[in-house]
Amino acid sequence: MVTIWIITKRELKSFFDSLLAYIMIIAFLVFTGLFTWMIGQTIFLVKQASLQSFFGVSYWALFIFIPALSMKLIAEERSSGTLELILTKPVSDAQLVMGKFLAVLILVLLSLALTLPYYITVASIGPIDHGATILGYLGLVLMSAAYISIGIFASSVTNNQIISFLLALFIGIFFHLIFDILARYFPGFIGNTLNYLSLSTHYESLTRGVIDSKDLIYFASLIVLGLFGAEMMIGRRNLTD
Amino acid sequence: MDIIVENITKRFGSQKAVDNVSFRVNTGEIVGFLGPNGAGKSTTMRAITCFLSPNEGDIRIGDYSIHQHPEEIKRIIGYLPELNPLYQDMPVLDYLKFIAELHGIPKIKRIQRILKMVHTCGLEGEKHKKIGELSRGYKQRVGLAQALIHDPQVLILDEPTSGLDPNQIIEIRELIREIGREKTVILSSHILAEVEATCDRILIINKGRIVADGTSSDLRKRAQNKEILKLTIEEGERNVIYKTLQSMKNTDLVDIISQSGNTFELQSKPGTSSRRDIFRICVDQGWILTEMTPTETKLEDVFRLLTMN
Repeated sequence: MVTIWIITKRELKSFFDSLLAYIMIIAFLVFTGLFTWMIGQTIFLVKQASLQSFFGVSYWALFIFIPALSMKLIAEERSSGTLELILTKPVSDAQLVMGKFLAVLILVLLSLALTLPYYITVASIGPIDHGATILGYLGLVLMSAAYISIGIFASSVTNNQIISFLLALFIGIFFHLIFDILARYFPGFIGNTLNYLSLSTHYESLTRGVIDSKDLIYFASLIVLGLFGAEMMIGRRNLTD
Repeated sequence: MDIIVENITKRFGSQKAVDNVSFRVNTGEIVGFLGPNGAGKSTTMRAITCFLSPNEGDIRIGDYSIHQHPEEIKRIIGYLPELNPLYQDMPVLDYLKFIAELHGIPKIKRIQRILKMVHTCGLEGEKHKKIGELSRGYKQRVGLAQALIHDPQVLILDEPTSGLDPNQIIEIRELIREIGREKTVILSSHILAEVEATCDRILIINKGRIVADGTSSDLRKRAQNKEILKLTIEEGERNVIYKTLQSMKNTDLVDIISQSGNTFELQSKPGTSSRRDIFRICVDQGWILTEMTPTETKLEDVFRLLTMN
């Protein structure tokens, strides 16, 4: 546990030292702020004290931003050779992956925490559904965690950060959009399966204020799968022939 | 702590990078790993440091095995990987603190250890700079500092002096010698003089196999067990001396190596010595022997002999 936290701290520090963290946070706030308050289906247009529009925007913003944060995680260590350095310290492959996962998650949590003024503002305008809003935030956190773990997996496959970024988006878009679209064309079992695989299904049910173990299991399995895949890819060095 | 490598084989695809290698390094010994590029030096070191696990065989350090106790082994090893990878965006002190934390050095001792390493490795002037801004020599020192920070029992250094200038090389060698008194050290190099100057024992590895193991003088003997003498004999006719030397019973080959003076190179038959015979001949003939120097085989020759075929 201590080891994971040491890795997380270093990773966070490197995010902030390289300004990447500030750029991401500011970009996220500007992006969500614009679409929540000023452009498109804003709160004033909908005339409901609800953060639905914010959740809708964040759903897309995080989808794009997270791969940009996660793309370097393993790929950079691989290309610079520091992967060998760190894994010959008392650190296991799993601890390294977990530490990096936590670092990005904390950064995303920080960005989300900074949107709390939206919540407070809307709550002061009219009667807001607190349950649905809290679950909406939970949905964002779970979705972010899932995309971070996909991002780490993508980063562990290659030592090229651009490939890592694109691969994360490519894998992500299936869960984000494609499964959902495909589900409409297939009836019955296939359609249901695709619908279950689609991340938007689970995310939307959370933002509407409905919590179901099915959704939690879905997110948990996606996270575990991604992290496990990343660990496998790092351990691949020993799986020759 | 002793390092015992037992029949390790590491394959990359169909190629064997390390092929059934066994050796032992005792506590307090500095062993040099010598071999041409791609011989398997780094792969063997990566196996010892638990970065790569061998397909076959085992490595034991003290009571620990790389298969059962990788975490313990990583704790007692200080490792400088090849090409010295570092987090370029971190300041030196932060970096050393990070490594010290990973090794679980308690907070009270941490600062003391970091400062000691900064001092030992001569990093005082650079400690606040980012690693990426340092010159190659200083980066190498940072690499050594991180390898030594937890006062490891076993030190594995993959080409520790590459990229350093001659003064720095001498400093680092002295440092390694000093550390090597109590610890077990393996270092790799392809510079022969370096290995000869620093190491108690040399392992020559070629195409994944150990081809020689011994002290530098052992290796010289092994490569050439013929005695070679350089002789200067005065007060005699050059051709007469030449013929007399050639007629001795242990002589294999005589060469005249100077244009004017009577200087010869005499090779004896394998396993024999001609020194006594030469002395007697000189006495019998009334010649004066002014030089008799044994010529040593160069380590370069040994290395070429062992790794060329």
